[in-house]
Amino acid sequence: MCTTCGCNDANALIEGKAPASRAADDSASHEHWHQHADGTWHSHVHGGGSAHRAGAGYVPRALAAAHAPGTAASRIVQIEEDILAKNGAIAAYNRGYFADHGIFALNLVSSPGSGKTTLLEKTISAWGRRTPIAVIEGDQQTSRDADRVRAAGADAVQINTGKGCHLDAQMVCHALTQLAPADDSLLLIENVGNLVCPSAFDLGEAHKVVILSVTEGEDKPLKYPDMFHAAGLLVINKIDLLPYVEFSVETASSYARRVRPGLEVLALSAQTGAGFEQWLAWLERGVRTARARREADVDQLRRRIAELETTLAQRGVAAPPG
Amino acid sequence: MHELAIAESVLEIVERTARASGGERVAAVWLEIGALSHVQPEALRFCFDAVTRGSLADHARLEIVTTPGTAWCMPCSETVPLGSLGEACPRCGSYQLAVSQGEEMRVKEIEIT
Repeated sequence: MCTTCGCNDANALIEGKAPASRAADDSASHEHWHQHADGTWHSHVHGGGSAHRAGAGYVPRALAAAHAPGTAASRIVQIEEDILAKNGAIAAYNRGYFADHGIFALNLVSSPGSGKTTLLEKTISAWGRRTPIAVIEGDQQTSRDADRVRAAGADAVQINTGKGCHLDAQMVCHALTQLAPADDSLLLIENVGNLVCPSAFDLGEAHKVVILSVTEGEDKPLKYPDMFHAAGLLVINKIDLLPYVEFSVETASSYARRVRPGLEVLALSAQTGAGFEQWLAWLERGVRTARARREADVDQLRRRIAELETTLAQRGVAAPPG
Repeated sequence: MHELAIAESVLEIVERTARASGGERVAAVWLEIGALSHVQPEALRFCFDAVTRGSLADHARLEIVTTPGTAWCMPCSETVPLGSLGEACPRCGSYQLAVSQGEEMRVKEIEIT
């Protein structure tokens, strides 16, 4: 339990420590979530300033008793609340954070062994200095993946879920306070290797990128439809092994498009670099879009400030300094 | 499995509501789980029993109402039933479908004493 605010972050460790002990150790900001009396969720940043962000659009409705069914002692209370509303609110917060900072954030999901971490390593070295690049790593145990990614040249934070089978928005929120990605950067979140559970948990990402390697079989999109249904991009990896396995990129793509019509598919080999240019181009488009959106938001705020200053001037009030 | 995280979220919602409504015990919980959602009802039952032990909802009856899946079929231009993701339109056989219902996971109501 967090000693600062009493929130319970279950058993996830970030860089080997529970979020509560990090807040006690240093003056770095600590994110946690409170529910107010009116039902809305808010996060509070401790230590690092007084930023107060609302979880967008989430207000639980607990209505008064509608009727008494049987004995006078019991009553029905209507709720009508989405089970994952809290995760959704934190994901919306994360999404807003990314938008404000022009960060293009991706949630990489796949079975274990599909080549996600190798893809990350090769992406980091090929990306070079296009923009800063940061990684949030998720595994049950060890920091091996974060170590590999740091060795490749990116900032990284490792989340260990313990017995957990997926990352959730709160873990990512905590990791972001430690990672503090730069404005207009690329953020890659490598989820726990699992083709089932992560599909239910929005992290606030722009897209889920599903990675399927050719050694896993072309029918996986039909056998694990939830994940492919949630995908924004399918990357078929290890195409250098196509001569040795029974796998058709066409068939796998068409199966994936049955559960997610119009899904974009890229086929590549992280090992040999075949097909990598299209992947980098896709990333570049995303990064440009995120930056352009941030710049448009800033322009709009500046225009609004100018309008308000004009209004003040018209009323004979001097504009504030600076 | 993720049904554990989902059961914990259900418990959080149920406990919060029960306390705010002045209840001491939760006797029953009604969930609405869509046929196309991320949850397997039997796994959720198992996890619900585990997480509610010792809580306000200990031994609460769990009622799961399954809502059917539907999708908008683009070639047919109408809403059609969808049994599971990956199925084709039962009318025309197309896969150009946009799911319109069946992905919900909701706590509908609770019975408190």
